[in-house]
Amino acid sequence: MRRAQVGLRKILFLFLFVSVGMVALIWTAGNNASHGQATTTAAESLAAWDKIATVVEHPRCLNCHQVDSPLQGDSARLHVPLVVRGDDNMGVTGMRCTNCHSQTGNNPTSGVPGAPGWSLAPLEQNWQGVASGDICRQMLDPARNGNMNAEQLVHHFAEDELVGWGWNPGPGREAIPMPRAELTDHVKTWLAGGGACPQ
Amino acid sequence: MITLTINGKEQQLDVDPEMPLLWALRDHLNLTGTKFGCGAAQCGAFTVHIDGEAARSCSTMVGDAEGREIVTIEGLSGKVAEAVQAAWQKLDVVQCGYCQSGQIMSAITLLSANEKPTDEDINASMEGNICRCGTYVRIRDAIHEAAKALA
Amino acid sequence: MLIQNSQAIAPSRRSFLKGAGLSTSVFVLGSFVPFGRFAAAEGEAAAPAPAAAVFDPNMFLRIGSDDSVVVLCKHLEMGQGVSTGLATLVAEELDADWSKVGFDFAPNNPKVYNNLFFGSYIGTGGSTSMANSWNQMRQVGAAARAMFVAAAAKQWNVPAAEITVANAVLAHASGKSARFGELVEAAMQETVPTAVTLKDPKDWKYIGQPLPRLDSKGKTTGTATFAIDFRRPGMLTALVRRAPQFGATVKSIDDSDARKIKGVVDVVQIPSGIAVLANDTWAAMRGRDALKITWDNSLAETRSSDALVAEYRDLAATPGIVAANRGDAALGLGKASQSYEAEFTFPFLAHAPMEPLNCTIELTPDGAEIWAGSQFQSIDDYAVGQVLGVTPDKIRIHTLLGGGSFGRRANPMADWAVEAAQIAKAIGGKAPVHLLWTREDDIKGGYYRPMALHKVKAGVDEAGRIAGWQHTIVSKSIMIGTALEPMTVKDGVDATSVEGVSDTPYGIENLAVHVHNAKTAIPVLWWRSVGHSHTAHVMETTMDELAHLAGQDPLAFRLSYLKEGSRDAAVLKHVAEKAKWGQEMPKGMGRGIAYHMSFGSRVAMVAEVSVEAGALKVNRVIAAVDCGVAINPDVIAAQVEGAIGFALSAVLRNRVTFAEGVVEQGNFDDYEPTRIKEMPAVEVHVVPSAEAPTGIGEPGLPPLAPAIGNAVFAATGKRLRSLPFDLELLA
Repeated sequence: MRRAQVGLRKILFLFLFVSVGMVALIWTAGNNASHGQATTTAAESLAAWDKIATVVEHPRCLNCHQVDSPLQGDSARLHVPLVVRGDDNMGVTGMRCTNCHSQTGNNPTSGVPGAPGWSLAPLEQNWQGVASGDICRQMLDPARNGNMNAEQLVHHFAEDELVGWGWNPGPGREAIPMPRAELTDHVKTWLAGGGACPQ
Repeated sequence: MITLTINGKEQQLDVDPEMPLLWALRDHLNLTGTKFGCGAAQCGAFTVHIDGEAARSCSTMVGDAEGREIVTIEGLSGKVAEAVQAAWQKLDVVQCGYCQSGQIMSAITLLSANEKPTDEDINASMEGNICRCGTYVRIRDAIHEAAKALA
Repeated sequence: MLIQNSQAIAPSRRSFLKGAGLSTSVFVLGSFVPFGRFAAAEGEAAAPAPAAAVFDPNMFLRIGSDDSVVVLCKHLEMGQGVSTGLATLVAEELDADWSKVGFDFAPNNPKVYNNLFFGSYIGTGGSTSMANSWNQMRQVGAAARAMFVAAAAKQWNVPAAEITVANAVLAHASGKSARFGELVEAAMQETVPTAVTLKDPKDWKYIGQPLPRLDSKGKTTGTATFAIDFRRPGMLTALVRRAPQFGATVKSIDDSDARKIKGVVDVVQIPSGIAVLANDTWAAMRGRDALKITWDNSLAETRSSDALVAEYRDLAATPGIVAANRGDAALGLGKASQSYEAEFTFPFLAHAPMEPLNCTIELTPDGAEIWAGSQFQSIDDYAVGQVLGVTPDKIRIHTLLGGGSFGRRANPMADWAVEAAQIAKAIGGKAPVHLLWTREDDIKGGYYRPMALHKVKAGVDEAGRIAGWQHTIVSKSIMIGTALEPMTVKDGVDATSVEGVSDTPYGIENLAVHVHNAKTAIPVLWWRSVGHSHTAHVMETTMDELAHLAGQDPLAFRLSYLKEGSRDAAVLKHVAEKAKWGQEMPKGMGRGIAYHMSFGSRVAMVAEVSVEAGALKVNRVIAAVDCGVAINPDVIAAQVEGAIGFALSAVLRNRVTFAEGVVEQGNFDDYEPTRIKEMPAVEVHVVPSAEAPTGIGEPGLPPLAPAIGNAVFAATGKRLRSLPFDLELLA
C-alpha cells in the first residue's frame, strides 16, 4: 500500500552542495498531498529529523550501526559472543552473522533474531557516538548511505525488511516505539523540507 | 516432508520447518556428535557446516537448511579436517570433550579460509565456541599445528 | 609382612569368558583389595567365583585373545583423564602394549568399585581418583602379569623368574615367546597371587610419561557416547518446569495447551515441578513453554542478593563457631604496629558443565536401569531406590562419559537422578525416560557454589611479623542436612566452609577462624575446589597485603611462614624461579604470586597482567605443581591449564544473583564462561616427587584469583578483593 502511494507522487530530486565538503540531498514535493501543503519549511524538516533521530538512536537500529562490533539487546551491551566486522560487514570465518542469524526471520526456539540482510551496517554508517547532525548528513550522502536517492531512502524506511525487523524484534526486545508509518511520514517531511540537519 | 542433504546424503524428514536443525540431527537422524550446549547460539557445541560455514544448528531452522549442504562431525572428510583432527589428537586437546565437535568444526572453517591464522585470527573465529574445561591453550596450539601440517 | 613396593592382595574372583556371544577368549581379573584396610570388601572377595558369564560385575580387567586390554574404570571420566590414568597404572604393572589398552566404565557394585577414600561408596570427587587407586590398580596389573608369567613358565617348563614381559609379549632366553592373547586361557587357570611386588619406580615405563589420552579419538570424531547421546527404543524426552524461586511449590497447573503440542505425550507433576514428556526434545521444549503454572511462594526464598550480603555482613560482625584457634589472635592484634581489615564477598556460582544435566532411566520389574554421567553412583542408586521403593542393588547404573561436571553431577541429594526416577514412576514406567535440563534450567536450577563473605582483621608487628589474624567466614554449609553431614561436619563446623583457612600451612602463631552457617533455601554444592574456591583468594590476598604492610617481598614473606625444605616452600621457589620473580615489569604490567594447598596437592602460581586504560588482561600464568608422583605429566599440565581457564571466568565476571529470590542469569550470555581470547598463555611445571599421588582436578584453581589480584596491585597499586573483580575500580 505504502509503496503504491509513494509511486503516485510526482517527485523531483535536486542535488545541491549546501556547505563546504558536504553533499545534501534535497527533496521537493511539488504537490505533497499527504501533508496538505505546498511546501515544507526547513524548520519542519528539522523537526521531522529530530523525530527520526529518536528512532535512529534506538537500540534496534543503533546496535548494528557500530564501528567494530555490534551491540545487543535493550541494554545495548557488546554482542556476546563478540563478533567483528570482517571484510564484508558480515563477520569473519567461523563468526559470520549468518552462522547464527537466520535470513528469514527470528528464531523462536533459540531466541536469536533474524531478518533478510542481517549484518553490521557499513563502517561509514557508524552512528555510535556520532552527533545527530552528522548522522543526518551521512544519511543524505549517497557516497555514505548505500547510494540511495530520496525515493530509495523513503523506501528504505518504509519497506526494507531489515529495517522492518525493528518493529518485529521477537520476545525480550523492545520494538521501536514509533509506528513505522509515522516514521515514514517524518522521513518524507524531512526530505521534503530539504533534508535539514542539526549542526 | 523436508529434504535435507546431510553428509552428502539426502534425508527425508517429517518435521516442522521451525524445528532447530540440532534436534532434527540428534533426535530424528541419531547424529549425536553435534551437541546441545545452550540452545541460544552462545556456546558453539552445536556447530555444523552449512555450505562450508560454521553454522549453529541450534539456531538454524530446518526449513532454512533445506537445499543446502550440511556436514556434521560424523561426515567430515578432506585434508583440512584430517589435519585438524590429527592435531587435536596429537596435542590431546580434549578433556571432557563435549564441546570439541563444535571446536573442530569451527577450526576447520577457519583453516579452510585462512591457511596461516594468527592468534588474533583464531580468537576472532573461535570466539563462538566455549570450552568450560578451559582447553583453549591447546585449541590454539592445535590450530597452529594443523596449519603447519597443511603447509 | 609387607616389604617396600610390595602389597598384599586378597584372593579374588576371576572367570573365564568364553562363548555366550564372545568369539574370543577373555581373561578376566577380579577385584584386588589390600589387606587390613577395607575389611568390608574382604568377605565379598573371598566368596566363591560365579559361573562363567558375559557380564561379571566383579572385575577390573579384561584381556582378549587379540591382546586387547580393557580396564574397568570405577571413576567417572568427566574430563580429568582418570580413565587414562587408571589404565596407565594397570598397564605399567602388566607390561601391556599401550596401543592395545582401552577402558570401559565399571558397574555400580560398591563392594568392588568403591572409592577407597569414601568407605563403601562408589564416587568420583575431591580429586581422589588417582590417589585412591594408586596401589589398587597397580596391584591389578601386577597380579594379572604374574598369572601370565606362571602360565608361560608351565608351558615352557622354565622358571617363572627367567621370564620377561614387555609390550604384552612374554619371552624366555631359550627363544620362546608368546603374546598375552595366546596365553589367555592358560593364565585364567592360574591361582591369583596373594601378594605382588610392585615395580621399582626406576623401572616404570608408562608412569611418568605423557601417554596419549584413551578418549581423544572418540571425542574428536563425534563417536564418543556422552550420557546425552544415549538412546533407548521408545524413549521419551522429559523437561521439567521448576519454580522461579527456591522453595516454591506448584499451586495450580493448566496443561491443556501443552498437551496440544504435536509430539507431547504426557504431563506429570513431580515434587520439583511439572514434567512434560514428548517424542523429541523440541516438542518437550514447546510443550513446557505452553504450561500455565501458578506457584505457591509461601516457603520460598524471596530475598535479593543485596539483602543476603547485608545479612552475611551483619553475621560476620558477631562471633561465630570456632573453626580454628592458634595462640591468641586478639592479644596478638593488640600488639600489631600496623593492621589491616578487609571484607571479601564471593557470589553464588553455577557449575555450568557443557553437557547439560541429563539422565535416562528405564524401570525394570525389580528396580531400574540408569544411563548417566553418574559421579556418585552409590548416592544415585540409593536415592533412586528410595523413589522406587527398592534397595540400591536393584538400580543398575550404566555410567557414560560426562561432559564436564565440576561437582554438579555429584549431588548428595542426587537431584537429577531423583527427578528422572519420579517422572518414570509417574508415568508408570510405560516408556524409558530421558530427563534433560536445558542451559537455563542449569543456570537457574541451584546447587551453586555457596555465596561467602569473609571478614579479616590482621596486623604485623614492628619486626614485620604477623602479630594476629582474625578471620570470620559466613557461608551456607554444603554438608549440613545431607547424608554426608556426619562425616564432614564437626561441632557445627563444615570443613568445606573453612578449608584452606583453618588448616593453612602458614605458620601464623595467633590465628582465630570463626564460621557462621548462613540460612537460605538456595541449594548449594561443591564447585571445583569447593571451599578453596574462596578461601585461597582471601588467604593469599591477605598474605600479599601483609607483606606490603611489612615492607617485604611477597615471596620472601610467604616463605618465612613455611617450613624450610618443605614441599610447600619448594613449590613456591620453583614457580618463582621459572617466572623470574623479582625482575622488573614494564609500566602498566604486574606480576603476582600465590600459593595454596588443596586435596593434598601444592600449587603455586605467578600471574602476569597488564592494565591498560582500565582494561585488565591476564597475559601469562606460570604454575608449579607438586601432586606427588606425576602419573601423566601431560594430563597434569592440562588440568592446571583447564583450571585456569575455568577459574578465570569467576575472576572476571561470573556470578549468580537474585532479584526477590529469582535468579537473574539464564544462559552463557549473562553467565559467560571464559572465551578463547581471554585465555592467557600458561606454563605448567611439575615438581618431581616420589610421594604417593594426590589430586589434580581441582588444585589448579584456587591460586589463580589471588595471583591475578596481586598482579593487579603490583601493576596499579589498587586492591581488588571481592570476586568477580570490580574492574571499574581500575578505570
